[in-house]
Amino acid sequence: MSETDFYPVLTEIFRDVFMRDVALRPELTAKDVPGWDSFKQIEIIVALEEKYDIKFHTRELDQLNNVGDLARVLAGKTKP
Amino acid sequence: MTSLYWLPEVQDWRARLRNLSADSGRAWAEGVALANTRLDFIRTNALDETLRRLLGEDVPPEAIGKPIRLAILGSCTFAHLHAGLRVAALRRGLHATIYENDFGQYWQELADDGSALHAFRPNTVLLALDAHHLTAGVSAGMSAAEAAAAVQDTAGRIRECWRIIRRSFGAQVIHQMPLPVHPPVLGSNEQRLPGSRAAFLAALCIELRGMAEAEGVDLLALDARAAIDGLNAWHDPALWHRAKQEVSLAASPLYGDLVLRLAAAQQGRSAKCLVLDLDNTVWGGVVGDDGLEGLVLGQGSALGEAYVAFQDYARELSRRGVILAVCSKNDEANAVEPFDRHPDMLLRRNDIASFVANWSDKASNIRAIAEELNIGLDALVFVDDNPFERSLVRQELPMVAVPEVSDDPTLFARTLADAGYFEGLAVTDDDRARGAQYQGNRAREALRASATDLPGYLRGLEMQLIWRRFDAIGLARTVQLINKTNQFNLTTRRYTEDDVQAIMRDPRAFGLQLRLLDRFGDNGIIAILIGRMTADDDLAIDTWLMSCRVLGRQVEPTSLNLIAAEARRLGARRLIGEYIPTKKNGMVKDHYPKLGFATLPDGRFVLDLADFVPADTFIDVTEGS
Repeated sequence: MSETDFYPVLTEIFRDVFMRDVALRPELTAKDVPGWDSFKQIEIIVALEEKYDIKFHTRELDQLNNVGDLARVLAGKTKP
Repeated sequence: MTSLYWLPEVQDWRARLRNLSADSGRAWAEGVALANTRLDFIRTNALDETLRRLLGEDVPPEAIGKPIRLAILGSCTFAHLHAGLRVAALRRGLHATIYENDFGQYWQELADDGSALHAFRPNTVLLALDAHHLTAGVSAGMSAAEAAAAVQDTAGRIRECWRIIRRSFGAQVIHQMPLPVHPPVLGSNEQRLPGSRAAFLAALCIELRGMAEAEGVDLLALDARAAIDGLNAWHDPALWHRAKQEVSLAASPLYGDLVLRLAAAQQGRSAKCLVLDLDNTVWGGVVGDDGLEGLVLGQGSALGEAYVAFQDYARELSRRGVILAVCSKNDEANAVEPFDRHPDMLLRRNDIASFVANWSDKASNIRAIAEELNIGLDALVFVDDNPFERSLVRQELPMVAVPEVSDDPTLFARTLADAGYFEGLAVTDDDRARGAQYQGNRAREALRASATDLPGYLRGLEMQLIWRRFDAIGLARTVQLINKTNQFNLTTRRYTEDDVQAIMRDPRAFGLQLRLLDRFGDNGIIAILIGRMTADDDLAIDTWLMSCRVLGRQVEPTSLNLIAAEARRLGARRLIGEYIPTKKNGMVKDHYPKLGFATLPDGRFVLDLADFVPADTFIDVTEGS
C-alpha cells in the first residue's frame, strides 16, 4: 500500500482536528501549521489509532518530522 | 469503550459546526444541542474551541444553573481534558470555567493563600491524584506494617487536602479514585504482597471510600469505570510517558461527563423520574394485540428474563428515590392489566407514580406526566424501544433525556446506568422525603388494608383540600384536566384556555380547582368545578370532574359544599345538575341522586339550597392564598 493513498484520510482528520482545510504535502511540518502543538499532535495520533485500531510505537512517534513520515509509518501498519 | 453511545449520532456535523459560527446569537443553544449528540474527543474539542472563540470565557446569559468554577488539582496533565469538562457542562446547559494547577504544584497552591488557585475561587474542586504520584516511595520490599503505615499516611495527607479545600473555598470536593495502572508483581493474589503498588492502591481506595463518607466528599470512581470499560480504554502508558496524561484523550468526553454528573447533582440537576414505554420495553410483545398470555415476560426465554431484569433495575432505582412513570400508546385497561394480573411482572401499579396510557402523542403525554408530578421536563428520562417515538420526543421536548437504547432488552439497564442520568450524591433527607411522597399511593393502600373501618381509614389520611378560583398559574393544568378527564366527568364539556379565561372574568360564574393533600403527599389538582348562574337565578353545574385516583375519599360531598357556598354567594336558590352520558362516564350516572339531588322531569337534577346542610367529612378545607 502506497503512502500517497493515506493523504485523503489524513486530510479528513486534519480538517476535523483543526476545523479548517489544511493542504497536506509530505514536507509539511508542525511549524508550518498554526495551532499544531503537542496536544494537537496527540489528537491526530489518537484519532488515527482509533480509526485503524492500531498502536503507534513510541519510537515511531519520536521520529515523526513531517506529514510524509506520518503517511509512511501508517502505510507500514495498515490500509487506508 | 468510553463512547457516549446513549446519545444520538449527529447528522451533518461539519455543516452544523460551521453554522454555529454564522449565527452567534444562537450559538449557545445550538451548542447545547450538539453537546447532546454522540461526540468523540475530536468533535468535543472542536465544539469547545468554536464556542469559546464565539462567546469568550464569560458566562453567557442563556446558561442555566450556578456557573461552575472547577479547579482540577493533581500532579499530572489535565489540559487535554478541559474541553470534555466544558462540553459536559454545556450538555446540561451549564457553564464551566476550568482551572488547573501549575504542573505538580497542587499542594503549594492549596497552602498558599496568594496563589492563582485561591484567586480563581473555585466552587468545585476535583482532586485528581494519579496512581504514580500516590505510590511514590511504595515498593514490593516493604513489610506489611510499613505498607499499612504508608496507606494511613497517604490517606491522612489526602484528608488534609480535602479539609483545606473546604475551609478555603467552601467548595464541593470531588476526589478522583486512581486508575489501577500498575501491573501486578505477584499475580492474582496481589493483595498478599502489601508493598505491591497495585495492592497499595487497592488498600488506599478502601480507606478513601470510608473517609469520603465521613468527610462528605464525592468520589469520581474511575477505578470502577476502568473495571467496566477496561483499563486500556482509560489509560495508555504511551501517553503517560509522552505527556503525563493519566486519563487518555480518547476517554475525555466520558471523563468530562462523569465529573459534571457530580457537579450537576450538587446543584440538584440530576434526573428525578424514569418514564417507561410498555410494549417491547417493559415486556416483550404488544399487550393490545398479543394479550396478557402472549406477552414475553419471565422465566422460560432469554428475552422474557431480560425484561424482568430491566424491571428489577427500574424498581431498584425507585427504591432509592427515582420516580417511575409510564407513557404508553395503549388503551388504559390493556396497559394496566399486566401490572395487576401478570404473575411475572415485578413492577406493580403502585410503583408507578404517573400512569399515562392513551393514543395521544408521547410528547404531550410526557408533558402531562411532568405536570402531574410537578417536576421539570429536564428531570425526566424516557426509555422507549421505538426509534420513531424517541426521535419525536427528542424533537418536541429536547430537555427530556431520551437514551438511544438498543432494541435488545438485555442492554437497557446497562445503558441507563452508563448514561448516568440519575447520578446521586449522598442520599439526603430531601431524597428520602421525595421517595416517601411518591410512595404515598402504596402507603395509602397499605393503610386501607390495615384500617378496620372506612371512617377510621379516612380520618387517618389527614386529608386537606385546598381550593382556589381559576387562576393564571393553574390555567394549563385546569385546561388539561377539562380536556382529558373522561370517566369521572358529568358533562365532558371541553374548554380551551380562552374559554376558561372567560369564566374567570364572568361575575355570574365560578371556576374552582381543588388540590388534595394527605399524610402521604400531595395528590395535586384533583377536581375542577364550574358553575354558571341561569336567567332564573339557579346555579347550573356546568362542569364537575374529578381524578379517579381520589374516588372514595369524600371529595364529592366536600366539593358539593364548595359549590353550594359559591352558589349562595352568587344569589342562587337552587343547584341544577346534569349528567350527559358518554361511553366512558357510566361511573357517575347516579352521582347527583347519591348526593341528595331530586330528578327533574327533563332528566336534570335539582337541590334546593334552602334545605341544604353541608356534609360533615374528614377533609379539612381551606381556601388557597
